Amino acid sequence: MDFSLDKKHEMARSLFREFAENEVKPLAQEVDETEEFPMETVKKMQKLGFMGIPVPKEYGGQGCDPLTYVMCVEELSKVCATTGVIVSAHTSLCIDPIMTYGTEEQKQKYVKPLASGEKLGAFALTEPGAGTDAQGAQTKAVLDGDEWVLNGSKCFITNGKVADVYIVIAITSVTTDKRGRKKKNFSAFIVDKGAPGFSFGTKEKKMGIRGSSTYELIFEDCRIPKENLLGPEGKGFPIAMHTLDGGRIGIASQALGIAEGALDRAVAYTKERKQFGRSIAQQQNTQFKLADMAARIEAAQLLVYKAAMAKATQRVYSVEAAKAKLFAAETAMAVTTEVVQLFGGYGYIREYDVERMMRDAKITEIYEGTSEVQRMVISGALLK
Amino acid sequence: MKIVVCIKQVPDTKGGVKFNPDGTLDRAAMLTIMNPDDKAGLEAALRLKEQYGAEVTVLTMGLPKADEVLREAMAMGADRGILVTDRVLGGADTWATSTTIAGAIRNLEYDLIITGRQAIDGDTAQVGPQIAEHLKLPVISYAQDIKVEGDYVIVQRQYEDRYHELKAKMPCLITALSELNEPRYMTPGGIFDSYDKEVTVWGRADLKDVDDSDLGLKGSPTKIAKASDKVRKGAGEKVVLDTDESVAYLIGKFKEKHII
Repeated sequence: MDFSLDKKHEMARSLFREFAENEVKPLAQEVDETEEFPMETVKKMQKLGFMGIPVPKEYGGQGCDPLTYVMCVEELSKVCATTGVIVSAHTSLCIDPIMTYGTEEQKQKYVKPLASGEKLGAFALTEPGAGTDAQGAQTKAVLDGDEWVLNGSKCFITNGKVADVYIVIAITSVTTDKRGRKKKNFSAFIVDKGAPGFSFGTKEKKMGIRGSSTYELIFEDCRIPKENLLGPEGKGFPIAMHTLDGGRIGIASQALGIAEGALDRAVAYTKERKQFGRSIAQQQNTQFKLADMAARIEAAQLLVYKAAMAKATQRVYSVEAAKAKLFAAETAMAVTTEVVQLFGGYGYIREYDVERMMRDAKITEIYEGTSEVQRMVISGALLK
Repeated sequence: MKIVVCIKQVPDTKGGVKFNPDGTLDRAAMLTIMNPDDKAGLEAALRLKEQYGAEVTVLTMGLPKADEVLREAMAMGADRGILVTDRVLGGADTWATSTTIAGAIRNLEYDLIITGRQAIDGDTAQVGPQIAEHLKLPVISYAQDIKVEGDYVIVQRQYEDRYHELKAKMPCLITALSELNEPRYMTPGGIFDSYDKEVTVWGRADLKDVDDSDLGLKGSPTKIAKASDKVRKGAGEKVVLDTDESVAYLIGKFKEKHII
């Protein structure tokens, strides 16, 4: 067992780190303050191929692996969690299901422009009444001639208004089992921005990741071509769950990056900050806290990288993804909270990045499946 | 057009500088980067490639570890990498280095050779012009802009508060300033491709028309007496005395340190 990265992954990490430091970090505070989507940064990432890292070259991607993609989200999130989630939602939640379940025509039509970054992707499952209980969704799709007609709404959609391509999960039939219980059958669809009857609702004002565009999507007799059904009819739920497994690895990387970024700042700050005649880094209380955080972060990193490797080599990786997401997200929250404490009053004001990082960390325990959902997935596998 | 870009892996001075007991740099112990002027030279070559079509070969002399800097150049868009490495080439000064690199370049076809102006670990700015001398080529140093017109290059050479515009027939050699351009980033796919490619490795036996006496530490007329990192000054001493006492105190200190 070898825990060291090979040279090409090391070099990829140095690329992502350099890009994040030079191009992303200087804007992070402004993106948070203004709540504006960092379109210029996305354009730069598009030029460098960051929007299609794990996608094969024949579909417009970079031909790298999930580990490289994970390191990209990690390094971006060290300096700006908004930028990290933009890449994660686009890659894991939109490109990945089309690559996995799409027909060759769908891959040619949609993956190529998405992986090259010419278009941006999003994924829509959550509804006002259906979060963890995704079965509670109400959005419906009915086949009418050569078109599907969608009705309903989706909420909390990352890359909401800025995306060009959306994966939408909707009910296509309701069946009754032997005991008379009704079961909704979902299907997955690819919806283009501009489809008739597709519009946007309100923009969410959020605690963290404030530059990411989070919108409600509204479908009112929205008509899309019949061939935009993704995967078999009635298989939308397993498609959504499998997509979320990949998405969780992306969010776990985002959480890992937030924690690492906060620790980096804590190390620098505690060496400079003097109280009682010496730096606070010289106080044992600080040293022990830094040590605990470093150990926990490395454990999170190992889980995240293991999940990325599982995605590269296994057909099913739900448990690996759930463990990585659970542990990395709770690590991000715990570490950022502790780092704010080490900064004292300076940690509570916006001038220093750690205040933002603590706000950004919270969402990683909620989206792509809450920590409670991850515990359900992990324990479900244990008790099977 | 065929372009050869000479690049060097140098210590990243941000990570601190370490020395061997003989005063030479302990390269193995330091984090490394592509020398900034060389990176600008590579970027210039890649832009010429995009504009006019060219094959870009990157060449470096160094330890086997210098393979990394060639991969980095290929991940930016260079077509091919050549590593010149051999124990007998170690400890080379600018003369022995330029002799070695010229000996390697004699194996290649080229229209243009681009080097960085100088490396941040030596700051001599000698190797580029010396390579041109060995290969009997015209040289334009301190390039801040490069254009190609037919068989000619038109180069702005930086000169104090102005620049000179020079025209030279290819083949020729240009030394690049880091101000020449903003080098591009690598791409993730470019990195993966660079590790799928072979880097050509040449040793002493592959060098053309060079004498052993001009190579390595033996062939280096420059001897390094001493090299050191910048040493930080101590906190100093503060004394509060009247004028006469201060003068006497200072004279005492100067005598103590054998300054006077």
